[in-house]
Amino acid sequence: MTSTPAPPEQAAYRVGAPLRDTAVPDGPLAERWDRRRFEARLVSPAARRRHTVIVVGTGLAGSAAGATLAEQGYRVEQFCFQDSPRRAHSIAAQGGINAAKNYRNDGDSVRRLFHDTVKGGDFRARESNVHRLAQVSAEIIDQCVAQGVPFAREYGGLLDTRSFGGAQVSRTFYARGQTGQQLLLGAYQALSRQIAAGTVTMHARTEMLDLVVIDGRARGIITRDLVNGRIDTYLADAVVLATGGYGNVFYLSTNAKNSNATAIWRAHRRGAHFANPCFTQIHPTCIPRSGEHQAKLTLMSESLRNDGRIWVPVTPGDARPAHEIPEDERDYYLERLYPAFGNLVPRDIASRAAKNVCDDGRGVGPGGQGVYLDFADALARLGRAAIEERYGNLFEMYERITGENPYEVPMRIYPAIHYTMGGLWVDYDLQTTVPGLFAIGEANFSDHGANRLGASALMQGLADGYFVLPPVLGDYLARLPRGAAWQVDEDHPAVREAMFAVTDRQYALLSNNGDRTADSFHRELGALLWDRCGMARDADGLRHALTRIPELREEFWRRVRVPGSGTEVNQSLERAGRIADHLELAELMCLDALHRAESCGGHFRTESRTEDGEAARRDEEFSYVAAWEFTGTGRPPVLHREQLAFDHVHPTRRSYA
Amino acid sequence: MRLTLRVWRQAGPDTPGRMARYEVADVSPDMSFLEVLDVLNEELTLRGEEPVAFDHDCREGICGACGVVVNGQAHGPERTTACQLHMRHFSDGDTIDVEPWRAAAFPVVKDLMVDRSALDRIVASGGYVTAPTGSAPEAHATPVPKEDAERAFENAACIGCGACVAACPNGSAMLFTAAKAEHLGALPQGRVEGDRRVLAMVETMDAEGFGGCTNTGACATACPKGIPLPSIAAMNRSFLSAARRAR
Repeated sequence: MTSTPAPPEQAAYRVGAPLRDTAVPDGPLAERWDRRRFEARLVSPAARRRHTVIVVGTGLAGSAAGATLAEQGYRVEQFCFQDSPRRAHSIAAQGGINAAKNYRNDGDSVRRLFHDTVKGGDFRARESNVHRLAQVSAEIIDQCVAQGVPFAREYGGLLDTRSFGGAQVSRTFYARGQTGQQLLLGAYQALSRQIAAGTVTMHARTEMLDLVVIDGRARGIITRDLVNGRIDTYLADAVVLATGGYGNVFYLSTNAKNSNATAIWRAHRRGAHFANPCFTQIHPTCIPRSGEHQAKLTLMSESLRNDGRIWVPVTPGDARPAHEIPEDERDYYLERLYPAFGNLVPRDIASRAAKNVCDDGRGVGPGGQGVYLDFADALARLGRAAIEERYGNLFEMYERITGENPYEVPMRIYPAIHYTMGGLWVDYDLQTTVPGLFAIGEANFSDHGANRLGASALMQGLADGYFVLPPVLGDYLARLPRGAAWQVDEDHPAVREAMFAVTDRQYALLSNNGDRTADSFHRELGALLWDRCGMARDADGLRHALTRIPELREEFWRRVRVPGSGTEVNQSLERAGRIADHLELAELMCLDALHRAESCGGHFRTESRTEDGEAARRDEEFSYVAAWEFTGTGRPPVLHREQLAFDHVHPTRRSYA
Repeated sequence: MRLTLRVWRQAGPDTPGRMARYEVADVSPDMSFLEVLDVLNEELTLRGEEPVAFDHDCREGICGACGVVVNGQAHGPERTTACQLHMRHFSDGDTIDVEPWRAAAFPVVKDLMVDRSALDRIVASGGYVTAPTGSAPEAHATPVPKEDAERAFENAACIGCGACVAACPNGSAMLFTAAKAEHLGALPQGRVEGDRRVLAMVETMDAEGFGGCTNTGACATACPKGIPLPSIAAMNRSFLSAARRAR
């Protein structure tokens, strides 16, 4: 392990023991998953119904896990805060899902998908996990097709594919611009079948507010019923968090408004390490914001970059409408800078390039925060019918939001917060540092590294839920101790303590007769994070944020106003609770960004770049996962490093030229 | 823009409701309808009044969580979801009525929020293909004609928002149920369970208290995703032949 010189911020955190036990099996990379599955202990079908598993979240990962565990015979208690499991935010994913099927005979393979994903993650993901993801990818497509997911097809009846950012093969399966919706409905229907069979008990409109840890193991959760306000305890043999990412900490993001960090943050407070919190993906093709009132941002699928050409005027301040700017006064900057990938460079590269041209004063639209995504060439080449078939719903959505017709004028796009690659640290078995607590999908950190390629999040969510979690969770349950000591009930002191913590916090929020709304704090925190820990970060900005966030947190608890009571529907209370967590998480994100004095993927430290301005990784010093241990609000956390080894894809400078 | 909102306020399912009147200033034409409710709620909070409860989540028109009746129309005057309804379709000085979905099968939870879990129970009763994880054949083993895949997709686009129920004078869920039946029925994977599916879903739909279909067509007119009205006729055909075979 390389020894890092003590950074000046050392006082802000302590360095703890390295994380060595990742549960990755030995042996050749391609055989590790087979070996793990063979060595996993099995739970006999008769014994499975004696085990209860809690699954929090019903997105791709959660629904897939709940359905699969219940099919296998476990009793599942499943939770979501929406009114129906079908509304989880996975439903909004547009573009597609990758799989190494090589249906196009264009040279794809498990190895190539693995290779592209490790490279796309800028060498900050765990090789063994990524390889397993590539291996099960083909099975995911089989599973979804069997469920009746209406993927796009060729006239011969076979599945159609397209290419996506960061790949030179056509391996992305899609259902128009609504792939996430169709995959989620498939998983939701599989889950619904189990709900009807009585193997899954579904708790909709219920939010997890704390984790119950007994004798060092995760044994349950504390929840709030969002309709009548009841605080309840649910106990189980294992807890699975499938609660998505924390991008909403930025206030403006492409995430659903209710997506939040509460479940993973409260688990972190109970001992689960939080890994790489600063790794945030910025998506390059988002509709620019139109004004101060805006509550969230809307993404346009990056599949648009297959046919749309991105450009800005050559001259700064050129205010002419797009059609009046002649060809030789346009800068197709992605095609110019990255000729091999052109408009299909990965998301972090495309986002930063857009920021750079806008910072140069060449941005278009109100405020100069936008670049053109132009379909004129594609319309001339393919005709309107073909474009409508490929992107019709996206064009409609764009027109509805902006009032502009993209068949006639180029779309305007700008980068936005989209996905968080950080999350709870998990080992190869998707288990956190709290035994019995598993984290799957976007809630964990494991597969994406510092960046995420397009069409890979849906793949990870379903891989974790359908194929990876069930056997490793079975292994955990098979190894559980037996006997009376294992039985716990709601009178256990740990349960009572967690219940007290939840009700106490709720009381503090409701009784605080302040003069600011929770949303106003959220907007202020979001703007601070976007400025200081957004598309580009530097040490000064991060230090500023680290000073400001604790002040804002103090002000929040002094001045927030939460109307209503705790015994009814109270959306203000829900939001305030989440923002209280955001105010703690944001500090850890900035600390993580400050300590990682290199640029990689979505984490661009302006001090660390190459002579031509591209991100410069510092592998010698930072080829590790930063897993943070909680020690108390506002107290220095402990940094545990998991050293990463790249034995199969050798770290090279990511070049898309 | 300056608007007057008349909003349905109801504390719970068993308490009577009433329309309350609120003035909202500084409305931008680029705002979505829900962003206007956000602004109103911020003002109510600071005035010490209770904000208006409403369901919403993705705000991209795909999760199906939002849904209010605006001036008597489900999701308002444009054929889209309330989160994608922009204020440029209204005029300065307008008075706008905002009410929850009204249907026997959708009890009010609070204010503009209703309980749509009956739709989930329709799906649970048969709206799936029985394909346990890991048992699937190779995806290319069953080719699906492009036209069938397209028809399946057209119906699969349903977001389960319930606008069809809210728009129907009978409070019927026929369009929702037909969308699911036609989505799965159009694909070879789903045909095996076709009879059982359509019989079970229709039975559940009736048991949940949704009304019957009288071919009014208001459902398809209100549907933000354009689920085709003929899907209902197609489901009726499937239902009749399934019922005959089951006899």
